[in-house]
Amino acid sequence: MISKVSPGIQDAVAGIEDGSTVMIGGFGRAGQPVELIDALIEQGATGLTVVNNNAGNGDTGIAALIGAGRVRKVVCSFPRQVDSHVFDAKYRAGEIELELVPQGNLAERIRAAGSGIGAFYTPTGVGTLVAEGKETRTIDGREYLLEYPLRADYALVSAFKADRWGNLIYRKTARNFGPLMAAAAATTIVQVDEVVELGALDPEAVVTPGIFVNRVVAVGERPWLHDGEFVGTEKVA
Amino acid sequence: MTGIDREALAARIARDIPEGAYVNLGIGAPTLIANYLPDDLEIILHTENGMLGMGPKPEAGRIDPDLINAGKQPVTELPGAAYFHHADSFGMMRGGHLDVCVLGAFQVSERGDLANWHTGAPDAIPAVGGAMDLAIGAKDVYVMTDLVTRDGTAKIVAECTYPVTGVRCVSRIYTDLAVFDVTPDGLAVTDVFGDTTLDELRTITGLTLLDRTP
Repeated sequence: MISKVSPGIQDAVAGIEDGSTVMIGGFGRAGQPVELIDALIEQGATGLTVVNNNAGNGDTGIAALIGAGRVRKVVCSFPRQVDSHVFDAKYRAGEIELELVPQGNLAERIRAAGSGIGAFYTPTGVGTLVAEGKETRTIDGREYLLEYPLRADYALVSAFKADRWGNLIYRKTARNFGPLMAAAAATTIVQVDEVVELGALDPEAVVTPGIFVNRVVAVGERPWLHDGEFVGTEKVA
Repeated sequence: MTGIDREALAARIARDIPEGAYVNLGIGAPTLIANYLPDDLEIILHTENGMLGMGPKPEAGRIDPDLINAGKQPVTELPGAAYFHHADSFGMMRGGHLDVCVLGAFQVSERGDLANWHTGAPDAIPAVGGAMDLAIGAKDVYVMTDLVTRDGTAKIVAECTYPVTGVRCVSRIYTDLAVFDVTPDGLAVTDVFGDTTLDELRTITGLTLLDRTP
């Protein structure tokens, strides 16, 4: 019998080595796997390269991981935000490296890694600072940049529900990078509100098929839901 | 010389967006345009973090942290909404499926080069997000901006001095003083606001401007 379900959250993050490249899902706080990140902080891996759209918000999640000094480099599209003070301080102190990638190129580089594409030509960034040093090519009269896949040792993803085979469904805009990162990492670790019985997820509605998922851990219902029904909350975070 | 305020400009841009259009409104002033889209027209808003059919902000206490826009503000879903992952969302831009995108600007050149992501200041932490994808992706890229900065310099220029976001990508510039179309013959004024004159616009920008006002 296949079961990708980890008994506890520390089991889910076991084995993440120092120096690993870790993709972390989420756009801002939506879809950020905060419980897995907390477990990773406790687990102790350091010298990490983190791939995310942002570089942490407030003092929790990715910001806490950076604040704990575990992150050597961030690959992201939008580090600077009103609440990115943890990253900002490390960056200005020269304690963290930044690779800035336009958001669509970031998504496509991750997608390319997961789907075995060797590289791709994109129009995004042509003629800008991000094109410096990159190969270009004119195809049908339009100029493109060559971008390479971005792969990871681990992906930490937050989804809504999973079954024991690792099939996933997401919730609203919390999906964002999840399906892409799940496919682009050697080991994909997913936190969900609930692990349901095999067969309980509608196969037509599965967004990430279990083939892309290695470990699943249930972390309990998000506070703005009650028995699966939306009840709302007062603020975004 | 008088122009129109930001709200009036948002209303003016909203009038140019046709029913059926798929539209992305950039972070900042362009989000105001949503307040002026007529309720009786079906115009579908895209947010690049993964949604079409975005609705207004929720009522107090009904915030869903899983449902936010590109500015990370809480929003709602309208009937007919759809969610998708980031590669699909940015494919909608690069693939030429979005009809209109409205962006803010630091500078726009007369050829339609856009600078809106980085001032180039050495101590600035660079952040680009989806700006470069939006700039080159939508069929029509509109800029919404004041024509002149607070220190009196024109934002429509012969050549951008700030690092560009995209090259020859802007099709129209809506400002507080006038509307400009980027054309193969050069920048054309299509509408002026208040008592602004073409000669005043030429003085401010230092550019030869074509007169295509009605």
